[in-house]
Amino acid sequence: MLRKIATPVLAILIFLGLWELLVWANGWPNYKMASPSDLPPAFWKYKELFLLMGWQTLWRTVVGLLLAVIVGTLIGMIIGFSKLARDALYPLLVGFNAIPKATLVPVISLIFIGQHDFNTILMAFMISFFPIAVSVGIGLSTLEPEYRDILRALGASRFTIFRKIALPKTLPEFFGALKVSATLAFIGTNLVEIVSPHGRGLGALFKSGETNGDYPLMFAVLIALAVLGIVLYYAVIFLERTFAGWADREGH
Amino acid sequence: MRGCCRGAPTFKGTLPIENLIEIKGARHAYQTASGPLPVLDGLDVAVPAGTFAAVVGPSGCGKSTLTKLVAGLMKPDEGEVWLHGERVTGPRKTVGMAFQNPVLLEWRSILDNVILPLEIVAPKMPTKDRTARAMELLEMVGLAGFESKRPSELSGGMRQRASLCRSIVHKPEVLILDEPFGALDAFTREDLWQTMRDLRAAEPFTAVLITHDLRESVFLGDQVIVLSGRPARTQYVMDVDLPADRTLDALFTPPAAEMLHILRDQIKIAQGRADEGGV
Repeated sequence: MLRKIATPVLAILIFLGLWELLVWANGWPNYKMASPSDLPPAFWKYKELFLLMGWQTLWRTVVGLLLAVIVGTLIGMIIGFSKLARDALYPLLVGFNAIPKATLVPVISLIFIGQHDFNTILMAFMISFFPIAVSVGIGLSTLEPEYRDILRALGASRFTIFRKIALPKTLPEFFGALKVSATLAFIGTNLVEIVSPHGRGLGALFKSGETNGDYPLMFAVLIALAVLGIVLYYAVIFLERTFAGWADREGH
Repeated sequence: MRGCCRGAPTFKGTLPIENLIEIKGARHAYQTASGPLPVLDGLDVAVPAGTFAAVVGPSGCGKSTLTKLVAGLMKPDEGEVWLHGERVTGPRKTVGMAFQNPVLLEWRSILDNVILPLEIVAPKMPTKDRTARAMELLEMVGLAGFESKRPSELSGGMRQRASLCRSIVHKPEVLILDEPFGALDAFTREDLWQTMRDLRAAEPFTAVLITHDLRESVFLGDQVIVLSGRPARTQYVMDVDLPADRTLDALFTPPAAEMLHILRDQIKIAQGRADEGGV
């Protein structure tokens, strides 16, 4: 257990050490590249802002991700169960996913003008539902017919078959996608926070650091974002262990 | 000639009760991109209550389609399927199925896998009774002590044993076995034949066994039904004239050898290779 925590902590310390060394060896000033030792003062100086903005970024990301889970699972069910829907929706979904989401920021800012929370959540959702929809869809459409038949032969309803077999069987794929989506959702949130004027959240804090030429602040924001990303990722891992731990085979 | 062989199937009278499973003149074609693909063309099957019918035939001849008809999972284009004197129009709770792939649910323990059909068929049954019933079967097939394991922790033979328990846990009238021993090694397979024989003595089901193994069909079957190549019709029906509590040794007696020989000739006819001598 100690080793499990010590290993990643040690890796992070080595990373910070190398970073510090790189900046020191090149004699870079902190407006060119901040070093790890610049970060604690930056965090301390803006500690209230970091808590406030970090919380805003986190809750909007989580709400966007929850929306992505609900809508993504529904779309996944539709394309997983119906060949017709699969043929019809796949090109649309792939096309939508291929659009760089940064280009949509001005579009949604204009449609929902001034609705900063809503716009941010919407972007987090739009950028992260695709992996969930595809993996749930594939999980359902590749269900071996025998799994269905053992219950269907007993007269079980489609919903019962879904609840008892298809849903749990798809959980490992679902959580695999959720890990990707959790990090994507952060990108969506920050995109809106940085690009839209008068934004809030860590993205806006980054933007203000840029405006004021406060480079240690900008780097501190990036580190804070990374920490939030790690927290959310491990929250997903925790859920995965709880609900789909059976898929994790010992010794493999 | 031993083993009272019927060239064409005869239905014992017209009383539907006597034969628990009865398929009369079933014809069916699957719709494919390149037009209809006929799979059944005059299939007749009659299985008296409490007996075991083994169905053999060339690969891809429509044997699995036969299981779907009996299970009520599909309807034939023509012909009739009767179970227990009632026309089959859809799935019914009195059917159990086991396949070549044991299809156990990885997220459930062996015990909970076996209980699954009871959750559908008898949702009000107390958990204590479900567990007792499942444990009774697990003990019978030699899986006592493995009930809390995950399927991935068991060998292929053990998984198939658990799958057999699941297929009969709700005391089905009809047990449909679609090559359940097909993927096992020869020794494990023979072990499971004996397990199946013992289950049969203890449980009240009437069974249809699809197999590619003629020895299996003679060891487990009260009758062996040979299907022709696709589209399948009933080509030959043989009553197996061996005692119900037969042992594996019975397969090495002259009557069994004679039956196996006849079946082999019938398979060659079904494959369209009857003219080839001494192959």
